[in-house]
Amino acid sequence: MEAAIDTQKISMKSLPAFEALASGHRACQGCGEVLAMRLAMKALGERIIVVSATGCMEVITTPYPQTSWLVPWMHVAFENASAVGSGVAGALLALARKGRLAGGDTKIVIMGGDGGTSDIGMQSLSGALERGHDFVYLCFDNEAYMNTGIQRSSATPRCAWTTTCPLGEEQPGKQEAKKDLVGIVEKHHIPYLATATPAYPFDLMNKVRRGAQVKGPAFIHVLAPCPTGWRIPTHEVIKVARLAVQTRDYPLYEVVNGKYILGKPGKNVKPVAEYLKAQGRFKHLSENDLAAIQQEVDERFAQLQWLASRP
Amino acid sequence: MSNRVGIEVSIAVAEAVGLCDVDVVAAYPITPQTHIVEHLADLVAEGKLDAEYIAVESEHSAISAVMGASATGGRAFTATASQGLALMHEILFAVSSLRLPVVMAVANRAVSAPINIWADLSDVMPQRDTGWVQLFAENGQEAYDLMVQAFRLAEDHRVLLPVMVNLDGFTLSHMIEPITMMERDEVRRFLPPIEPARLLDPDHPRSIGPFGAQDVYTEAKMQQEMALLRSEGVMEEIWQDFEAQFGRRYRAVESYRTGDAEVVLVTMGAVSETARAAVDEMRDQGIAVGLVRIRMWRPLPQEQLRQALEGAKVVAVLDRMLTPGGTGGTGGPVGEALRSIFYDAPVRPRIYEVVAGLGGREINRRTFKEIVRQALAGQEQVRQFTLLDVRCA
Repeated sequence: MEAAIDTQKISMKSLPAFEALASGHRACQGCGEVLAMRLAMKALGERIIVVSATGCMEVITTPYPQTSWLVPWMHVAFENASAVGSGVAGALLALARKGRLAGGDTKIVIMGGDGGTSDIGMQSLSGALERGHDFVYLCFDNEAYMNTGIQRSSATPRCAWTTTCPLGEEQPGKQEAKKDLVGIVEKHHIPYLATATPAYPFDLMNKVRRGAQVKGPAFIHVLAPCPTGWRIPTHEVIKVARLAVQTRDYPLYEVVNGKYILGKPGKNVKPVAEYLKAQGRFKHLSENDLAAIQQEVDERFAQLQWLASRP
Repeated sequence: MSNRVGIEVSIAVAEAVGLCDVDVVAAYPITPQTHIVEHLADLVAEGKLDAEYIAVESEHSAISAVMGASATGGRAFTATASQGLALMHEILFAVSSLRLPVVMAVANRAVSAPINIWADLSDVMPQRDTGWVQLFAENGQEAYDLMVQAFRLAEDHRVLLPVMVNLDGFTLSHMIEPITMMERDEVRRFLPPIEPARLLDPDHPRSIGPFGAQDVYTEAKMQQEMALLRSEGVMEEIWQDFEAQFGRRYRAVESYRTGDAEVVLVTMGAVSETARAAVDEMRDQGIAVGLVRIRMWRPLPQEQLRQALEGAKVVAVLDRMLTPGGTGGTGGPVGEALRSIFYDAPVRPRIYEVVAGLGGREINRRTFKEIVRQALAGQEQVRQFTLLDVRCA
C-alpha cells in the first residue's frame, strides 16, 4: 500500500505544491496560526484525515456552506478532538483488516489550539497518547483564547496581558507561569515530539513530516503568534516568532524516542526583552519583571541543554 | 435453529452487539454497565469479534471516539450509565446533529447526589432532547433483540440517527433470564452491512461538523427533526421484518388488558413486568385495570399512546425521575407528555401522576396496587403528583 506521508526532506527546491486549504479563509490579517497550519498541511499531503478541536482554525475555515478544506476534516467539540481521532484510528484499523477500506494508507492529523490542547482537551489528549494510536497532533499555541476574545489560558506566559488577566494595580497581567505542555506530553513517552514556529517554515514542515512518518503518536507544538491578541503589527508576526527562538524564550528541539535533540544554537543570543518589548501584551513590564523572565528563560534553556546532553 | 438459554442480560446484550459485527467499541467502565463492556472486551480478546476495542479515559471520550469511528465508516457501539451518560450529554447532541448511526446501551441508574448506583431513569430523561432515538427494554429478550434492531434503524438512510437502548440497571442488566439467542447468519440476513452516508475519506474529501450560522442552523435542526419523526415508521417496518424472521412482535406502545379498563397504568422499562403481574392479580379481584407500556420514548409515538389510552377514566402514570421544580409541581417527564397528548382530546382521562422507584427503591406488585387504589379513589392530588412512599413529605 502506498504510504500516506512523503518521506522526502522538504527544501526550497522540493517545496510541495500541495495545499490542503483552498485560497480564502476568515482568519485575521497576519495570522500566524493559519500560516503554520498551511505549512503543516503541505508537509502532510492529501492522504490525511484532519480532526479539529473548536477554535479559530475551525471557525475561519468552515462557515457552512463554504469550507477551505480540500482534505477530509471533522470537528465535534472543543475538548474531544483526540478522542474523535482515536475513534477514526480504530475504525481505520478495523476496516483495513476487514478489507472494507478503499484507497491507500491514511494518516490521522489531530489539531487544536492551546486551550483545546493544554486546558480543556488535556484529558482526551493524554488518553490518546497513552493508548498509542497512530496520529500526529498539531498544537497551534497562540497563548490565549483568541477565538473568544483574548482570554487567559494555561499556556499564557507569566506577566502577559489578556482580558481575563488584565493589568490591575494588584495583579498586573498573568501571575502564573505557562504550563509546560511539551514536558507533559514528553512524559507519555511517545516516539516523536518537536517544537516549531512558522518563522522557520522548513524546520516546521520537516518536523511535521518526520512526526507523521513514525508509527504511533507524534506531537508538534507550534508557537503561532496572534497579532490581535499579542498586540503586534500584522507585518511583524514572523519577526516576533523568530525573536521567540533567537532569545531562547521558545527553543526549537525534538525528542525522538526519548532523546532530546536541540536545534542549532543561534550565533548571537538576544535578550528576552527584545522579544517581549515587541509585543503590546507585555508593554507594562518593569526592568525587574524583564530580569526575572530572563532568569526563567536561562534556567529553562540550561535544563534543556542538560536533557540534550544525556546519551 | 435458535436456542433458548439462561444468560445474564448484560452478557446477552454484548453477545447481540457482537453478532452485529461492530467495527469499533469505545467504552469507559461505570456500574451497572460494566458487564456489557467487559464481555465485549472478552469477545475481542478471544478473537470472536473482529473489532477495535478502545478503552478510553472517560465517557466523554467514549462517545467522541464512536463518533470518529462512525464518521470513518465503521459500525460503532458504546455503553454507559448515570454519571457517564451525564458526562456524554454535550456530545450526544453532536452525534445526532451530524447524523451518525451510533448505537449505545444505557444501564439506567440514578444520578448523584447522593451517589447511588441503583436503577431509576434520572440519567436518561435529561437526555430526552438530545435528538437520539430512545428505546426502553422490559426484559432480557427485548434488550437483546433491541440491540440488533437499533443498528438497523440507525443505519437506515431515511433515519441516520443514533439509537439509545435503555435497560434498568441491576433489575434488568444483572438478571439471568431465559433468552432465545440468534445465530450470526440470521442476524446478517436481518441487518445488512453498514452503508455509510458520509465519510472521512481522502479520495472524497468532505468537511463534517462545520460552523453553521443563523442562515442554516434552523434548517439543519428541521432536517434532523424530520428524520427523527420518520424513524417511528421505519422502526415499525423493521419490527415487522423482525417478526417475520424471528417470530417476536415489537411495537412502540404495548397494551395489556386495557380493553374495558377503568384505570390504566403507564410504565417504562423493567418495572413493566411487575406491573403486568399486578394487573393480573387486581383483575382477579375484579378491578378493571390495564397496562400501557412505552417502548419507544423518542420519537414519542403520540397517536399510538392516545389510542392505547382512549376510553380510560383514569391514567395512572409512573415516572421514575422527578422533574425538580416543574410548574405546579409536575411529577416527571412521562406524566407531562401524557397531559400534553390529551390536552386537545375531546374526552380527557384524569391523569394521576406518581413518582416512585428513585435510586432503586423497590417497586413491587403492592406498589402498583397502591397506585391504582389512589388513582381510583379519585382524590385530588395535592401537588399534581404523588411521591410514593416518601417519609418526609
